Amino acid sequence: MYGLLISIGVILLILVIWMVYRIQTLISVAKGSDKKIATTSNKVNAFLMMFFLIGCGVLMFWYSIKEFDNYQLPIASEHGLVTDKLFWITMAVTGFIFILTHILLFWFSYHYQYSEDRRASYYPDNNKLEIIWTLVPAVVLTVLVVSGWKAWSDITAPAPEEAHVVEIMGYQFAWDVRYGGMDNTLGDYDYRLTNATNSRGIDFTDKNSFDDFPSQNVVIPKGEPVLFKIRARDVLHSVFAPHMRLKMDAVPGMPTRFWFVPNKTTEEMRAELGDEEFEYEIACTEVCGNGHFSMRKVIRVVEPDEYRAWVAEQTPFIKSNPDLIADLPADLKELAEIYINEE
Amino acid sequence: MAVANVSAHDVSNHDHHDHEHKDNFITKYIFSTDHKMIAKQYLISGMFWAFIGGLLSVLFRLQLGFPEMDLSFLRPILGGWIDASGKLDPNFYLALVTMHGTIMVFFVLTAGLSGTFSNFLIPLQIGARDMASGFMNMLSYWFFFVSGVIMFASLFLEKGPAAGGWVVYPPLSALEQAIPGSGMGMTLWLIAMTFFIASSLLGGINYITTVINLRTRGMSFSRLPLTIWAFFLTAVIGLLSFPVLFSAALLLVFDRSFGTSFYLSDIYIGGEALPNTGGSAVLYQHLFWFLGHPEVYIVLLPALGITSEIIATNSRKPIFGYKAMIISMLGITILSFVVWAHHMFVSGLNPFLGSIFMFLTLIIAVPSAVKVFNYLTTLWRGNLRFTPGMLFSIGLVSFFISGGLTGIFLGNSAIDIQLHDTYFVVAHFHLVMGSASFFGMMAGVYHWFPKMFGRMMDEKLGHVHFWLTFVGVYMVFFPMHYIGIAGFPRRYYSWTNFSFSDMYTDLNMFVSVAAIITFFAQFIFVFNFFYSMYKGRKASANPWQSNTLEWTTPIHPGHGNWPGEIPAVYRWPYDYSKPGAKEDFIPQTVPLSATPESNLPHENKLVQLEKEIMAEEGDVLVANESKES
Repeated sequence: MYGLLISIGVILLILVIWMVYRIQTLISVAKGSDKKIATTSNKVNAFLMMFFLIGCGVLMFWYSIKEFDNYQLPIASEHGLVTDKLFWITMAVTGFIFILTHILLFWFSYHYQYSEDRRASYYPDNNKLEIIWTLVPAVVLTVLVVSGWKAWSDITAPAPEEAHVVEIMGYQFAWDVRYGGMDNTLGDYDYRLTNATNSRGIDFTDKNSFDDFPSQNVVIPKGEPVLFKIRARDVLHSVFAPHMRLKMDAVPGMPTRFWFVPNKTTEEMRAELGDEEFEYEIACTEVCGNGHFSMRKVIRVVEPDEYRAWVAEQTPFIKSNPDLIADLPADLKELAEIYINEE
Repeated sequence: MAVANVSAHDVSNHDHHDHEHKDNFITKYIFSTDHKMIAKQYLISGMFWAFIGGLLSVLFRLQLGFPEMDLSFLRPILGGWIDASGKLDPNFYLALVTMHGTIMVFFVLTAGLSGTFSNFLIPLQIGARDMASGFMNMLSYWFFFVSGVIMFASLFLEKGPAAGGWVVYPPLSALEQAIPGSGMGMTLWLIAMTFFIASSLLGGINYITTVINLRTRGMSFSRLPLTIWAFFLTAVIGLLSFPVLFSAALLLVFDRSFGTSFYLSDIYIGGEALPNTGGSAVLYQHLFWFLGHPEVYIVLLPALGITSEIIATNSRKPIFGYKAMIISMLGITILSFVVWAHHMFVSGLNPFLGSIFMFLTLIIAVPSAVKVFNYLTTLWRGNLRFTPGMLFSIGLVSFFISGGLTGIFLGNSAIDIQLHDTYFVVAHFHLVMGSASFFGMMAGVYHWFPKMFGRMMDEKLGHVHFWLTFVGVYMVFFPMHYIGIAGFPRRYYSWTNFSFSDMYTDLNMFVSVAAIITFFAQFIFVFNFFYSMYKGRKASANPWQSNTLEWTTPIHPGHGNWPGEIPAVYRWPYDYSKPGAKEDFIPQTVPLSATPESNLPHENKLVQLEKEIMAEEGDVLVANESKES
C-alpha cells in the first residue's frame, strides 16, 4: 500500500517538475530570452562559482583541521618520520598551488562573466610566461624528487648485518611468521615441501632451520633494525604496517624484503594514545580473494631486553613437532636431536 | 589533398538527396560507414556502459557506506550474491569493483569518449568527407560491440565475472582455485578485451591516417584545432600501447589454459603444489602497466582537447599558448610511455628502477602544469558564456588540478610506500582520470549535440546537471583523501577487522550518499539528451559562434558532410575577439584577404601568398571542370 502511495507521489512530483519545465521553456521562447547570451542564468552560474569556491574551501579547512588527529596515524618507525615529513612538505607545496589555482579559476569565472559591452582581450601567447611556468614547476618538482629520492635510497638500502630477521609469508587469508632462532638465520624453504604439518615449506635438511620457530604475532625490538623477509605461497599479497609506514608486496616465487627501525614500543604508543587496547597491525593491500579484508596480524614492539628474553623462550618447529625431522638422513637427524634435547 | 578533391567532385556531381535515400535502415543505423553515425553508436553504447558501471559502484558503495544494511531488496537483481542474512557476498564485492573499473576505463572513457568524439570531430574539423576507411571504422565499432556483449554476458555467470581487480594481476587471475571469478568470468574478460583491443587498433589507425592524409586545403598541422591534436596523439598512444596489453593477455591465456609458466612460480594452493616454476608475477605488471599508464592519457587527452576548444569558444578568446599546448601534449605522449613502473614501487621492483621511474614521473607533471596555467590564462579577461559545455570544461580543469596535484605525492616513491593501494590512490585517479575525462565527455556532448542531432539540449537542465555532478563528485572523492591518509586499503569489503581502520563510518556513509545522489543526477542528463534529440529547440548553423569547420556544414550534414566543395581553411581556429574585427569570431574559412581590418602585421604578409594560392587552385578547379564536361 505504502509502495503504491509513494510511487503515485513520485509520479506526481515528476509531472509537476515536467510542467514547470515546459512552462519555463515556453516563457523563454515567448520572451525571446533564449536568443540572449547575458542571461540571468549566466549570472547565476558565475555567482555559484564563487559560492562553490568559498563554501567548499571553508568545508575543506574546517574538516582538515577538525579531523587531523584521526587521519594522521601515529608514526612508529624511524623512516616513517622522514616520509611523513616529505608528505607534509609536499602537502604544503601542492596545497598552496591547489588553493591559488582554484581561486584563480573560480575568480576568473566570476569576474569575467559575459557582458555585452565588453570584448575579451585577444591574448594568444606570451613566451615569457610559458617559460616561467615551465621552469618554476620543474624546479619545485626537482627539489621534491631529490629529497624523495634520498629518502627512498636510504629506506631501500641493504639491511644492516645485525638486523633481526622475521619471515612473513602471506597466503589466503593470513600471514605466517617465522624467526631464524638464536642464529638469526632462516632455513631454506621449497614450496613443494609444503604440507599440513609444514605450512611454510621449510627445508629441514638445511641446518639453519633447526632453531627456526613460529610465532603468533610479529614481535620486534624497539630501536634496532628489523628485516622483514616477505614471500607469498599462493597469490600476490602485500604487507602493510600503517604505523610503521611500511608496505611491500608478497610475491610467489620472488622473495621481497623491507627493513626498518621501530621507534616506539606498543606500551609507549598505548600510553601516548591513552588507548590500552592499541596494537600495531599488518594488513594486506594487494587484492588476493574474498578474505582480502581480514588478513590481520599484530606487531608487538618491545624493549630490546624483553625481545631477547622472548626469543630465548620460543620453541623451534622441530621441538614442538619432532615428526618434521623423521625423514632426515641419520647424521642430520642426530644434529637436529641435539637442538631438540637442548634446554 | 588530391584525394579530398577527387571525392569532393564525386559527391557534388550527383544530387545529394538521392544519395541519402539509398540508405536503408540497416545501412543507415546499424552497419553504417558514416563517421557521424558510428560516433553516435559509440556515444549511445558509452552511455549504456556508464549506466552499468555507475550502477555497480552504487552497489558496492552501499556495502561500504552501510555495512549493516539488509540488502535483501536487491535479491531480484543479484540473486544468490546476497546471502541469507541480506549481506553482499565478498567475492561478488570484488567482482563489482573489478567490473566497475574495467567498464569505466575501457568501455566508457576509452570507447565512449575517444570513439565518439574522434569519429565525430576528426572528419568534420579537418574538412574531410569521412574517415580514411569507413569500412574499418564500422568494423571498429562492431568489434567493440562484440566485446561489450561478451563482457556483459560475463556479469551473469554463476560464478561471477572477473574479480581480481581491473588490473587482473596473476596469479589471482590465473587460478580458479584462488577466486571463483578467475574461472569462466576471467576467460570472458580476456576474450572481451581481445576484441576491444582489435577495435581500438582499427579505430586508431583510421584516426591517424585521416588526420595525416585527409585535411582540407589550408588545414596545416599548425592550424588544427587542439581537439584534433589531442585525438591524433591519443590514437598514436593507443596504437603503440594496446598491443602490449594484448601480449600480456595472451601470455595470461597460455598460463591459464595451456600450462605455461610466464607469470606463475612456486605456488601452493588448495592443498597442492602447482608444477609451475620460473615465471614472474611482476612481468605481468610491467606488461600491463606499459598499457595501463598510457591508458590514463588515452582517456585524458581527448577530454583535454575537447575542453581546450570549448573554453576558447566560450571565453571568446584564443586559447592561450596554442603552441605550448601542442608541445605539452607531445611531451605527455612521449613521457606517458616511460613512467609505467610508478604503479609498482612496492611490487618488489628493484629500488634503483624505482628511483628512475620517480624522476621520469615527476617530469610528466611539468607539461600538465603548463596546460593548467594556459587554461587559467585563457579564462583571464575573457567574456565567459556559461553554456553547460563550458561549465563542464571548467569542472574538468578543477578536477585536473585536484587530482593532478595528488599525483605528485604518489609519484614520489618514498611517500608512495604509505599511500600505495590506499584510498588516497582511489581519490587521485578518480579525480584526475575518471571525473576529469567524464567531464570532458559531458562537455563534448553538450557542445556538439547541435551538430549531432540538429537540436539544442536544454541549458537550464544542463546547469542543474552540472552543479549536482560537480559538487557530487567532490563530495564523493575529496573525503577519500582523508581516508587514504589514514591508511584505509582499497578493495576492502569491510574495514572493521583492523583497529587502525575501524573508524570513519560516518565519512564512508557520507561518500556513499553523495555517490548515490550523483548517480541519480545523471538521469537529468539522460532525459535532457533523449528529449532534446526529438523535442529540443532547433539549432542554428553555428549556435556557439565558433570558428571551427564543423559549423560550416548544413545543420543536418549528410553522408559526405558538405554538400558542395569542402571549404578551404585560411587561418587558425582561435581568432576570437580579434581587435578590429566586427564580430568577436572569425571562422577558419574566412580568408585573411577578407579581413584587412583585423589582420596582424605578419598576417598581412601572408595575404599576398594566400591570393596566389587561391588563384592557382582556381585554375586547377577550372581545368578539372572542363575535363569532366
